[in-house]
Amino acid sequence: MSVAISLPPSRVLAPEAGPWQRAWRRLRRRRGALVGLAVVVIFIALALFAPWIAPADPIATSWGAIRQAPSTAHWFGTDELGRDVLSRVIWGTRASMLAGVVSVSISLLLGVPIGLAAGFLGGVVDSVISRVTDAFLACPFLILAIALAAFLGPSLTNAMIAIGVSATPIFVRLTRAQVINVAVEDYIEAARAVGNSPLRIAIRHVLPNITAPVIVQATLAIAAAVIAEASLSFLGLGQQPPAPSWGSMLNTAKNYVDQAPWMAIWPGLSIFFLVLAFNLLGDGLRDALDPRQR
Amino acid sequence: MFEFLVKRIATIVPTLLLVSMLIFGLQQLLPGDPAKILAGEEQDPTVVAFLRAKLHLDEPLPVRYGYWVSGVVRGDLGESIRTQQPVLELIVQKLPVTIELALLAMSIALLIGIPAGIVSAVGRGTAWDYAANMFALWGLSTPNFWLGILMILLFSVELGWLPASGYVSPFEDLGANLAAMIMPAFVLGNAIAAVLMRHTRSAMLQVLSSDYVRTARAKGLNERTVVLKHALRNALTPIITLGALELGTLLSGAVLTEQVFTIPGFGKLIVDSVFNRDYAVVQGVVMVTATAYITLNLLADLAYFLVNPRLRN
Repeated sequence: MSVAISLPPSRVLAPEAGPWQRAWRRLRRRRGALVGLAVVVIFIALALFAPWIAPADPIATSWGAIRQAPSTAHWFGTDELGRDVLSRVIWGTRASMLAGVVSVSISLLLGVPIGLAAGFLGGVVDSVISRVTDAFLACPFLILAIALAAFLGPSLTNAMIAIGVSATPIFVRLTRAQVINVAVEDYIEAARAVGNSPLRIAIRHVLPNITAPVIVQATLAIAAAVIAEASLSFLGLGQQPPAPSWGSMLNTAKNYVDQAPWMAIWPGLSIFFLVLAFNLLGDGLRDALDPRQR
Repeated sequence: MFEFLVKRIATIVPTLLLVSMLIFGLQQLLPGDPAKILAGEEQDPTVVAFLRAKLHLDEPLPVRYGYWVSGVVRGDLGESIRTQQPVLELIVQKLPVTIELALLAMSIALLIGIPAGIVSAVGRGTAWDYAANMFALWGLSTPNFWLGILMILLFSVELGWLPASGYVSPFEDLGANLAAMIMPAFVLGNAIAAVLMRHTRSAMLQVLSSDYVRTARAKGLNERTVVLKHALRNALTPIITLGALELGTLLSGAVLTEQVFTIPGFGKLIVDSVFNRDYAVVQGVVMVTATAYITLNLLADLAYFLVNPRLRN
């Protein structure tokens, strides 16, 4: 065995840059990803500061101002109960953002450890986990989420649980596949040889090396979760009235499309831009974090 | 071939069994006593007692599962609490409508997605590629129920060309049927077209850089033959498998599309039964959907096997 160590060229060229810094540099070069990131930040700000940004109370009805077209008083018009659509769209950001982040967190918290266990332990544990994952994946995502939300009862919390649980198998599969790839690497063998416990190897050596694809998948999953929450709310299984959510606003707007089309335009555009932003960011992250795809 | 077929079919049995456990387990999520919930608002004691006996609620969970799954295997998915109709009968009534919608949507998705993917791969880096990628992002980011509402606004309210709702059976009046189905089919096919475009693009890019494509070009074949005969054929195999996974999106999307356009299909059935607290129907629909999805993926695998001669031996 040779004693000489030859550094890979990239480390010679940029000795100070870690993998995350290099990824950030690559991400910065992608205009689409930056636009996505900017839009996501704007929506986060809207969600956080809704009480100060929204011009009116999102649930205050006004019988004197029913289904008014957009005007200087109501930029986005008013709905069937005279509520300000702009304020409802701004407050609705909270439900969508919350649903996106909370449900994907649920998927990550369940999916990554389960996938790690399956990939790292192998054997019977792996077979059982893989079969159960297959069973979950056999039920189309939204139909499983609808069924779960139906049995749990309609509410935003239950919708987030339903979406999070339905999306879990994707993360189990991804984590398992990544772990199996990483587990054969020399550095894992080395970690084992120095006497690390399997748990320590899994958490300290395997997990950091599978983070990149998991982050990419999580970003794209947030986009899917935002659409899923809007879909469940559209069907009446998510955020309950009068609390505003983009999906439930569209559900009402559908009935007034010939008289008050503005009720349908704005909540839909908001879903579109938020989902587009997460998709752009996810695509950019994939290009930046996964060197094989370059 | 035969051995592969048997093995592949054998793998779906444990999956289906686990799916049935999962769906049966949903009942455990109901807060409180299922018999009381199913009995509705009045909670008439005789109704509650009847339901308790009918659903074997006094028996332990595995025994109840046994009763349920043995029924499912025989095609007995239980009865609707509302209409007393067998669940399977309800599903069979609604299924053809959704199948028509799904087939139309898939045709639209294939007609848009595959050519767009080819154009984008062949003209990599050109305006065409850019446009196709923009289309894919739009398709992936637009909630289909919103697109449905927008199309109703444009084609039904503003232009008055197409009906906003009202399903007509194709056997009654094919023209009216297609007029009612074209918008929902487009809405449903849109997102799938986007996914197909991306798969086609990446599969074509991979194939176009391969040696046999270079050989085909080198021997002087025109570009059209190279792309359509040599490249596309080989790119089709991953497109089939990945495209089959989109059948789940198709089934999920049908729920929303049918709701927007008031189409009396499978998706409307599950939504209506959710609101009627008709849990047996919900379970039945999910069971049938999962079975259909598993079967369709099995068929896709077989198609993959048939178009790829290397796998046959």
